[in-house]
Amino acid sequence: MIAVVDYGVGNLFSLRSSLETIGADVIVTGDADELRRADKIILPGVGAFEDAAAKLRESGLDEVLRAEAAAGKPIMGICLGMQMLFEKSLEYGEHKGLGLIRGTVRPIADVIPGDLKIPHIGWNALHFGAEKHGLFRYLQEGDCVYFVHSYYAADCEESVIATAEYGAELTAAVANGNVCGCQFHPEKSGDVGLNILRAFCEGGF
Amino acid sequence: MITKRIIPCLDVKNGRVVKGVNFLNLADVSSPVSLAKYYSENGADELVFYDITASAEGRALFTDVLREVASTIFIPLTVGGGINTVEDFDRVLKCGADKVSVNSGAIRNPKLIEEAAKKYGDQCVVISADVRRVDGVFRVFAKGGRENTGMEAIEWIRRCVGMGAGEVVLNSMDTDGVKQGFDLEMLDAVCRVVKVPVIASGGAGCIDDFTKLFKTLPGVDAGLAASIFHFGEVAIKDLKQELRNNGINVRL
Repeated sequence: MIAVVDYGVGNLFSLRSSLETIGADVIVTGDADELRRADKIILPGVGAFEDAAAKLRESGLDEVLRAEAAAGKPIMGICLGMQMLFEKSLEYGEHKGLGLIRGTVRPIADVIPGDLKIPHIGWNALHFGAEKHGLFRYLQEGDCVYFVHSYYAADCEESVIATAEYGAELTAAVANGNVCGCQFHPEKSGDVGLNILRAFCEGGF
Repeated sequence: MITKRIIPCLDVKNGRVVKGVNFLNLADVSSPVSLAKYYSENGADELVFYDITASAEGRALFTDVLREVASTIFIPLTVGGGINTVEDFDRVLKCGADKVSVNSGAIRNPKLIEEAAKKYGDQCVVISADVRRVDGVFRVFAKGGRENTGMEAIEWIRRCVGMGAGEVVLNSMDTDGVKQGFDLEMLDAVCRVVKVPVIASGGAGCIDDFTKLFKTLPGVDAGLAASIFHFGEVAIKDLKQELRNNGINVRL
């Protein structure tokens, strides 16, 4: 059973449908016990970091996620959900994240040339470096995925498992043991994205 | 680097695709679901659905269809047509749309852009503008191009982006249907004043028109077309291969 965390942030329709399409047993829930019972957890998110972090805190799900991560349960963050895994974000001030992965979420504007558009929106190629993480076992170097974001994860070199080039090398995916995350939207990235979700559901990395 | 996007546009009326689609080996060529699936499997980077229904029953059918498309096809979906209120945004986003395009609704009530952007984020709000030259000035038209609003187009688009529109679809009524290429002059004027993605629409007749578009105007992010894709005059896969051969970055 894969639990998608419902904490009132973003639209979970496509994520649920894409997981159902690959044959996963999905529950979309904001209930702590259901998250504890699930084999794996996906933390989605669209919107502003501060608002999302507050919602997680108010619902008490932040503590549940920390406990489940510490117990070794596979957890994947998507887009803002990935950013929430980090220690902090500098989006409109400074806000604390879950602290499951070392690093800081910073504005893309700080590192890319001024003539490039923000957000970084559209299909961009993934680069894996020397070793390909298990999450990408069905992918080829250079496969494209769909991004929409204005902030990126920094100071997390040891956790980066994929990057995308947009005037700078931006963090596209991260992993720290059983906790991983994608800055892009696998549920909007066609077959490539479905194959990433499939690999996460199968696990074994 | 980010790729240039190719976007087929489907007009939907009472739950069916209209404007005659006559090329595909599909059992049901006017089913939005089978067409969307076909395009998604054949290289489309994104799909735009325009709801051209007028009735409440048609609206309900449209959202049913949208829900079905969004649960089968996993690429970005933009929805337009009949978007007049934040509730309309809510209605289509809940059915799986990723972006919502506004046109006449924003002309009637520009605050719609601001409210929607605040609630759903800039990336969700697309301003779609139908523009035609009148006495040498770019003018915005409303109601599917039937009504001249008298507003100067470039300033209107700049204002929409300032209010939170995260993407611009520029449909040149002067080149639309002529199939002699995109309206490069009009597109250039828009690219100069906005820093959000610009999608070119109106005038594509052949593969070369897209090559010329992206070569001449690097600021344009995507090309949108309907009939040349629907009638099989241009296969998206061939188009993207040709773009790549010309040094333009695309997703193959």
